[in-house]
Amino acid sequence: MDPSHGFLFPNELHITWTVMIVLYPYITGMVAGAFIVSSFYHVFGMEKLKPIARFALVSSFAFLLFATVPLLNHLGRPERAINILLTPNFNSAMSGFGFIYMFYMIIVFLEIWFSYRVDLIERYEKSRGIVKFIYNIIILGNTNDNENTRKYDKKIIVFLGGLGIPVACVLHGYVGFLFGSIKANLWWSTPLMFIIFIFSAIVSGLAVLIFLYLFIHWRRKKVINQESIDLMSKWLWGFMIIAVTLELMEILSISYERTEKWAILSKLINHELKISYVYLQIGLFSIVPFLMLTVTSLFQSLNNNLRNSLIWLSSGLLLLQVLFMRWNVVIGGQLVSKSMRGFTDYFPGYFDKEGLLVSFLIIITPFILLRLFDKIFPFFGKKELVE
Amino acid sequence: MDNKDRRKFIKLGLYSSAGLLVGSFYAFSKREISPELKKYEDLLKFDWGFIVDTTRCIGCGACVRACKIENEVPDTYFRTWVERYEINNKEAVRVDSPNGAIESFKKNNYTDDIVKAFFVPKLCNHCYKSACTQVCPVGATFHSPDGVVLIDKEHCVGCGYCVQACPYACRYINHEKGTADKCTLCYHRISKGELPACVNACPRNARVFGNLKDPKSQIRKILHQRRYGLLKPDLGTNPKCYYIGLDLEVK
Repeated sequence: MDPSHGFLFPNELHITWTVMIVLYPYITGMVAGAFIVSSFYHVFGMEKLKPIARFALVSSFAFLLFATVPLLNHLGRPERAINILLTPNFNSAMSGFGFIYMFYMIIVFLEIWFSYRVDLIERYEKSRGIVKFIYNIIILGNTNDNENTRKYDKKIIVFLGGLGIPVACVLHGYVGFLFGSIKANLWWSTPLMFIIFIFSAIVSGLAVLIFLYLFIHWRRKKVINQESIDLMSKWLWGFMIIAVTLELMEILSISYERTEKWAILSKLINHELKISYVYLQIGLFSIVPFLMLTVTSLFQSLNNNLRNSLIWLSSGLLLLQVLFMRWNVVIGGQLVSKSMRGFTDYFPGYFDKEGLLVSFLIIITPFILLRLFDKIFPFFGKKELVE
Repeated sequence: MDNKDRRKFIKLGLYSSAGLLVGSFYAFSKREISPELKKYEDLLKFDWGFIVDTTRCIGCGACVRACKIENEVPDTYFRTWVERYEINNKEAVRVDSPNGAIESFKKNNYTDDIVKAFFVPKLCNHCYKSACTQVCPVGATFHSPDGVVLIDKEHCVGCGYCVQACPYACRYINHEKGTADKCTLCYHRISKGELPACVNACPRNARVFGNLKDPKSQIRKILHQRRYGLLKPDLGTNPKCYYIGLDLEVK
């Protein structure tokens, strides 16, 4: 059976960018968002965020390590991926990707190194044998730790964090630009795209940190730092309002202008993406967490347990919201025929090379890696155990 | 004339006609064109362009078949295809291109009266300001000196960004090779002085191929005489494929 309906150009029967390209902006979004959150403490000195700053930084790194995996899995010739660094075509929006990505990776790596240096020296001194040798390599044989070195480390961290914020915005805004600059695609082509991507990145970064922070603390029965959770949840509330509003404003302006493309895009929204966009992304995953966060942000009298449950639930829903947003942008845009006369259909398949199982594994690996990081360098102090 | 003379005459006749036959094989057979490369300066004398005369196309699909065979185009992907537009007496428009019209068109879309119908062959427009070459992150797709948009398949990473960027859906990812693919105007043929396979196969001369830099070329003459349109001119890609008799419905 022909899965498409209406008229498609013959080459449009299969979409080119699969669910792997949905995962890439999803993961980099969390990278950029988590980094920006960590910088609020490191650079702007928001003490309330101290308990989460390191965790945010390492999360950013863990996601960053896996951000290119879906891309490599999707490339037709992954063994040639290095060409993007060797022969970049600077007319292309995509060509800077490798450089920005590497630059950002270096910044995050250095910032982690400097913020963990003191702990590493401590561990070096306590350990023996081969472990001591490994630690010695990691700290580059430098065991200096005093007032001055700590001050210096802090200075560097502030510098790297400050430099990292615009780079994080570029890294992710740039992904939005990759889509927004494609004039051939009616659903993507808008200058708002990269702004929407930045805000949704911050939403997903905040959401993943809150989600994991509360989850870990509940599981380990540790005391939750209510101040930082309250602050983060308020930010989550604010940033999700901006992100969702921007996206709706974009659609409002297309629909109000009623240019040629609205005829087909209205069908896209009302039929092809009705469930994934209207019901799920906007309805269940935006309006519901918006209402919950409104309650937790405005009603201070709420008891902490209920408040944290609502915050945790809405951060989980917002994580899904951003995932659906990526899906609706990346896949939705490709469903529309460039003939403006029809739609194709897409399902990734369960066990395909670019199917749902592989997607799940790619999404889950950074979380497993985070768990391992936590084993080596605990993110949260041990003394906060509930009595 | 005695028998001997007759025998001699027949022999002579047979030999000479055999000689003529063998000789004519040599005389009329095509010589293998030496594969020497043209110089850059020589290539600059050409700017290959294409005309599609939609008023002449009968939708037979010979071009699609020829292209498929000539270029080993994978199933369900097309370097060229033919679209059919049918408008009925209620002014409704139906467009189709079943399997790129490789087996032509079997039956009408409408059972009621069709008031207007026409075929539109499509192929890569080899745009002057092509979106696909702009977006290729590794510079694997480029404009040849003689004005053809080509792909270096030894260099392409298969990211598919060009496929997204082409407003005409002329590109696809060849999954066997893992690289992008599209019409090359049969570059292997035209560089030997032959016509692209689709032009060669068209029984109605609906496809015209020629050098836009040559004022005496047939393509230039037609462009001077006929009214033509371009596909999606508002996107600023400046296509080099000119459509004669282009209808408003064609996008």
